[in-house]
Amino acid sequence: MSRAAEDRWLIALAVLGVVTMVGAPQVLQLFTIINLTTAIGLALLGLSLGLIWGYGGILCFGQTAFFGAGAYTYAVAAQNWGDTTGAIVAAVLAAAAVAAALGYFMFWGRISDVYLGVTTLTVTLIFFNLLRRTSGPDYRIGRALLGGFNGTAAPPLRLPWDDRVILSPQAMFYVASGVLLLAFFGCVALVRSRFGRVCVAIRENETRAELLGYDSRLYKLGLFSIGGGLAGLAGVLVANGIGRVTPDLFNLSYAAQAIIWVIVGGRGTLIGPVLGAFGVFWLTSWLGTQSYFNSNMVLGLVLILFVLLLPRGVVPALVELATRRRRGALGRAERLRARRPKAGPRRALQPAE
Amino acid sequence: MRRETVLQTHDLSMRFGGVVANDRVNFALKAGELRCLIGPNGAGKSTFFKCLTGQLKPSEGRVLIRDLDTTGAEPHAVAGLGVGIKTQVPNVFDALSVEENIWLAARRWLDAPRAKAATAETVERVRLGDIRRRPVGTLAHGQRQWVELGMVVAARPWLVLLDEPAAGMTEEETAFTADIIREINRTASLIIVEHDMAFVRALADIVTVFHRGAILIEGSMDAVSADPTVREVYLGHKH
Ligand SMILES: Nc1ncnc2c1ncn2[C@@H]1O[C@H](COP(=O)(O)OP(=O)(O)OP(=O)(O)O)[C@@H](O)[C@H]1O
Ligand SMILES: [Mg+2]
Repeated sequence: MSRAAEDRWLIALAVLGVVTMVGAPQVLQLFTIINLTTAIGLALLGLSLGLIWGYGGILCFGQTAFFGAGAYTYAVAAQNWGDTTGAIVAAVLAAAAVAAALGYFMFWGRISDVYLGVTTLTVTLIFFNLLRRTSGPDYRIGRALLGGFNGTAAPPLRLPWDDRVILSPQAMFYVASGVLLLAFFGCVALVRSRFGRVCVAIRENETRAELLGYDSRLYKLGLFSIGGGLAGLAGVLVANGIGRVTPDLFNLSYAAQAIIWVIVGGRGTLIGPVLGAFGVFWLTSWLGTQSYFNSNMVLGLVLILFVLLLPRGVVPALVELATRRRRGALGRAERLRARRPKAGPRRALQPAE
Repeated sequence: MRRETVLQTHDLSMRFGGVVANDRVNFALKAGELRCLIGPNGAGKSTFFKCLTGQLKPSEGRVLIRDLDTTGAEPHAVAGLGVGIKTQVPNVFDALSVEENIWLAARRWLDAPRAKAATAETVERVRLGDIRRRPVGTLAHGQRQWVELGMVVAARPWLVLLDEPAAGMTEEETAFTADIIREINRTASLIIVEHDMAFVRALADIVTVFHRGAILIEGSMDAVSADPTVREVYLGHKH
């Protein structure tokens, strides 16, 4: 897709996003709005994985490590401080710091992709198991009891300038949508910047990027930390949607789902993982209302079908289809116009070896 | 006036388990020089290059670029000194366009507007203007080699290492590649590994012959090709 066409799509997307953000609370029921807030949080998690996997080639199986770290940091900080704005900042920073620390060992150790996937998955499962063992009054941070298996309360957001005012579910929805929109367009700007383009180059050929003088470790670490921070922010949104944080935020189910969203929606795009997350969220909610099929089984089936039939995901497939149709139309027009064939471009070159 | 030495190695050795790929190599390159490295397959030329560029850490010995000891430095740090590198196996960004490939090289060292100008200029210089938007992965072998050469040129290096830049090219393509290399030589010193003897004869002042990981002989192409040991080494090779 050309840059101009991409810009048109992005503008349309921005308009659609803002309209949905403003309009949804007017037409939808409160219950749906609260559910959507959680879905938006999950979409942000999908976006964060789509960014580092799709643009940095970093296959992180445990993006939930940063998601959960953000959610827990928010809950603990908000319970202690009363103020939630600072808690959000702390959550994002903590999640980014966890990612940076983990990334430092992985990228400077130059471990291979497979080990990177295994390592990140292990880290999130370690968090999961550790937090499950934190029941009882001994496990507390300040005023916040970690609560083991049951987790701990995530206090609802308050106004930054007046911490006596708790945000309504509608207001919370506005915040979540606003955050997702800003994060999405922030990521668009990031991948178009020099930094983002170098990350893509490293994904394509790390040796070449190094030989051009780019320190690939630094770029990967930067991208991984940004992805971690975004995942932490997603954790804050989901914690607010659910009202609690539990060790389940770190578990295999979320970790695997995030990967499914990216595969289904499309790697190498930013909108794909977001749509993937919404789509799968909608599918699982719908499956939850019926009792004929086991929803995990259906999800597995969806994944298998995608890997077999649309391995690059929905969005890249649609883009390709659209481009091909346009090309086809242009090609036909050209052939009709060009009665007299010109000499084609000279092909003096040999095919590869 | 004596010219400055821009690159040298002292007793550089590289072993892979029992295989001695480089054996106490003492090498020196002067500013402005265009040196060709020849030698039969497996002589250790590419390994020597990789030790110079930081892709391999030498088992023993030292590498000096200008007066800096770069033994075991990371490849990006070596490139950061102003060294342009083309590897034997084409190393390009296959999914990205010709323009993007070259821009990435230029933008490492130049600010945005100058990188843009350098990219446009380089794309024309390597005659890939017509296909500047095509992904490099879809190009023919020769064109991919030029993209890589373009990446080297766009970064404006003062020291250039090219491993088999004309491999698999037709005569016409090889001649064009030689043109580009001569142009690079106006502002940079070069070391070129090449098997094509006509190409080497046309380019090099001094030729270094590698054999079994060590330097066998150094001299002008005429002197080298008259040497009986060199003839023996190449016996059975069609060069
Ligand atoms: N990574 C490696 N591990 C083990 N052995 C290696 C490795 N790289 C090179 N070698 C060996 O080192 C020797 C030198 O190889 P090198 O690639 O440097 O030769 P070359 O002179 O570049 O040959 P060619 O002209 O075929 O490119 C060969 O015997 C090769 O098998
Ligand atoms: Mg070689």
